[in-house]
Amino acid sequence: MVSQTTAAAIKQMLDDTERDGLLAIEGIRKEFPGVIALDDVRLRVRPGTVHALMGENGAGKSTLMKIIAGIYQPDAGEIRLRGLPVTLKSPLDALEQGIAMIHQELALMNWMTVAENIWIRREPKNRFGLIDHSKMVEMTQDLFTRLNIALDPKAQVFELTVAQKQMVEIARAVSYESSILIMDEPTSALTDREVEHLFAIIRDLRSRGIGIVYITHKMNELFEIADEFTVFRDGKYVGTHSSKDVTRDDIIRMMVGREITDMFPKVDCPIGDVMLEVKNLSIPGVFYDISFSIRRGEILGLAGLVGSKRSNVAEALFGVAQANSGEIIIDGKSVTIANPSEAMAYGLAFLTEDRKETGCFLTLNCLENIQSALITRSHVTAGFVDQSTVTKLAEGMAAKLRVKTPNLHETVENLSGGNQQKLLIARWLLTKPRILILDEPTRGIDVGAKSEIHRLITGLAAEGVAVLMISSELPEVLGMSDRIMVMHDGRVSGFLNRAEATQVKIMDLAAR
Amino acid sequence: MNTITQTATTELASRRRLPAELTIFLVLIGISLTFEILGWILQGQSFLGNTQRLSIMILQVSVIGIIAIGVTQVIISDGIDLSSGSVVGATAMISMSLAQVGTFDRAVYPHLTDLPVIVPVAIGLLVGIVCGGINGVLIAYTRIPPFIATLGMMVTARGFAKWYTKGQPISFPTDSFAMIGKGLAPVLIFLAVAAVMHIVLRYTRYGKFTYAIGANRQAARVSGIDVERHTVKVYAVAGLLSALAGIVVASRGLTAQAGMGLSYELDAIAMAVIGGVSLSGGRGSILGTMIGMIIFGVIISGFTFLRLDAYYQEMLKGLIIVAAVVADVYRQRKRVKKS
Repeated sequence: MVSQTTAAAIKQMLDDTERDGLLAIEGIRKEFPGVIALDDVRLRVRPGTVHALMGENGAGKSTLMKIIAGIYQPDAGEIRLRGLPVTLKSPLDALEQGIAMIHQELALMNWMTVAENIWIRREPKNRFGLIDHSKMVEMTQDLFTRLNIALDPKAQVFELTVAQKQMVEIARAVSYESSILIMDEPTSALTDREVEHLFAIIRDLRSRGIGIVYITHKMNELFEIADEFTVFRDGKYVGTHSSKDVTRDDIIRMMVGREITDMFPKVDCPIGDVMLEVKNLSIPGVFYDISFSIRRGEILGLAGLVGSKRSNVAEALFGVAQANSGEIIIDGKSVTIANPSEAMAYGLAFLTEDRKETGCFLTLNCLENIQSALITRSHVTAGFVDQSTVTKLAEGMAAKLRVKTPNLHETVENLSGGNQQKLLIARWLLTKPRILILDEPTRGIDVGAKSEIHRLITGLAAEGVAVLMISSELPEVLGMSDRIMVMHDGRVSGFLNRAEATQVKIMDLAAR
Repeated sequence: MNTITQTATTELASRRRLPAELTIFLVLIGISLTFEILGWILQGQSFLGNTQRLSIMILQVSVIGIIAIGVTQVIISDGIDLSSGSVVGATAMISMSLAQVGTFDRAVYPHLTDLPVIVPVAIGLLVGIVCGGINGVLIAYTRIPPFIATLGMMVTARGFAKWYTKGQPISFPTDSFAMIGKGLAPVLIFLAVAAVMHIVLRYTRYGKFTYAIGANRQAARVSGIDVERHTVKVYAVAGLLSALAGIVVASRGLTAQAGMGLSYELDAIAMAVIGGVSLSGGRGSILGTMIGMIIFGVIISGFTFLRLDAYYQEMLKGLIIVAAVVADVYRQRKRVKKS
């Protein structure tokens, strides 16, 4: 009797394992302040397969991977490993349960050797309890032989190339006897030959029964290396298919099938002369041969996937970074822009992508945040800020943009993301720009604030401002732009007119 | 609906939060009252009632207070200055050597005696600006951490002070030089410095830039602020104020020694941190530092008043500094959680 129930239980367990595969994720939800990053997401990874995770920027791929690797904790949902529910409290916890992640920004210790990096925290000891370096090198060599990696275990990590560092990370993951390996865009910094080597290693790991979760933006990789793939869109699960059953177009359609709502109040306004022209702008290793022009009153949308270096182009225009070659022409005159201050003198303004990193002064109040750019150029006499005038201007602009705060002396960290964004826009509008660069103007803010900002941008264009709008949201790009420039891997891959542009056409140019 | 609740919560939050200075002021009152009560219990006399003790206390902290004002703006810009104490030593030596009376036959520069008081003062201040400026240039343009750059200056300036007279003290200043640190003069100098810096930090572009750089260096750069140039200025001003403190110390003691100002930098940093100046930059005020300075003085004076052994005093001072930093870190963490 007892044995029968036990047997049934074991059978049940085996069935579960069979159904779940290696890793099963069910109903995962993750919320960040103001955004739902993941909503009821699922994923199944079978042993001995490469499972690609696809989706646009912000689809939630990286967030899910961070949950699986124990970096984030989900708000709801279940993770099952070989049919058994697990909670992953930390990256170490995940590692010990057999889940290893190879980070996009590699997580190795530069000034230590390859062997030390691999065996950190688990170093072999000699009989005096001290670290046995020769044993460690031997163990590393064994590991490398097994994986067909040609690297000196005693090499310092800082001397290695990105590809070699990746090999070290993979070896480290394997050394933990991991059954699941997460790779976040592993080929983004590799040459073709290095990619081949990486794929050889991945195929070898797959044949050993390891399940590999592979995040990528690149279609050709999907067909070359992945057995199955899952598509996410806006933090939601779209579908899982075998990569043999689908075409490239099918996948793009799954990725972009988002509804375009009528929240974009784009009005056609008269477009004037060329205001800004960029010719063959290049920074070797970052972007190449960028050429475009924007006219007075025109909104040029700039689309592209993460890593297409859109923001770098904006930074070069604003003097945050220096272009090595190429020409910037403003109002028909060729100019050099060495720093943001010079850019502002030419009438440029730059709303940066990352509010927290490069935008807000979080510890300071609203007023200080709004006036910071203005007072670098004007409204200062003998070192003293003409505060009453500036305050009036700031209050006027805050009211115009409907910033919701009790007063301008409120510290910015207490404001919502949308209001912070409005403050930053106010900062730049006070400088009366003629050319406005907006990098993800509505990222991470709620729908109401979003459409207000869109209305504002359109209004500025109507007043004759030339706008360059970088956005990862295709509906936003399509809804707001007069023309769309698409970048891929540091190059312009095409232009689309408002009339001809569709989500599929943009993705087609963005994901080669 | 969403936006309405949002406004309501922000309003609530702003009403609930007290200005940081007020909280620190309440801490000051709390500490003072504790000493008062302990005084009656252990010594049978009042701590606060003794005005003489309080004026001595104010005088004691004023010199380091001058340095703390300079350090405050450095910390607000997300830096640190460990060289202040050594700059005090170096400037004390240099300015005293130019302020000696002619009747003293073993003057450092026998041909440069009885100079008008402006000469030693101006040259002393200049030395401070140069020391601070070097700190600033190293930090801004070579990108070495402020801790290291100013540590280098700390060791170098101290070495310079010792080398200057091969370790001999310098004495016999002119009467006019001796006036600088006499009586309540250090307190008045401190108050003047504090008032000027309060205005500078609040109402001038210099102040706005200092806060902006400390709050978010990248955002400051993108706002068109020349972060490097401003960093040099901030450290130069800190050097200037250290030099001023050095001149005051030398004048008050009527003598200059190479060891003057030893560990003043740590006391000055402690005053600022106790006063709510955040070590991660972008937050703090002169008013806060002034209250921090008085808390510092009250604690030292209170321990002496309670006849606590000098060794215990130092150990407790260390604990208090760490406690202030822990409080700052705790405040940061709460903020991170909220956002």
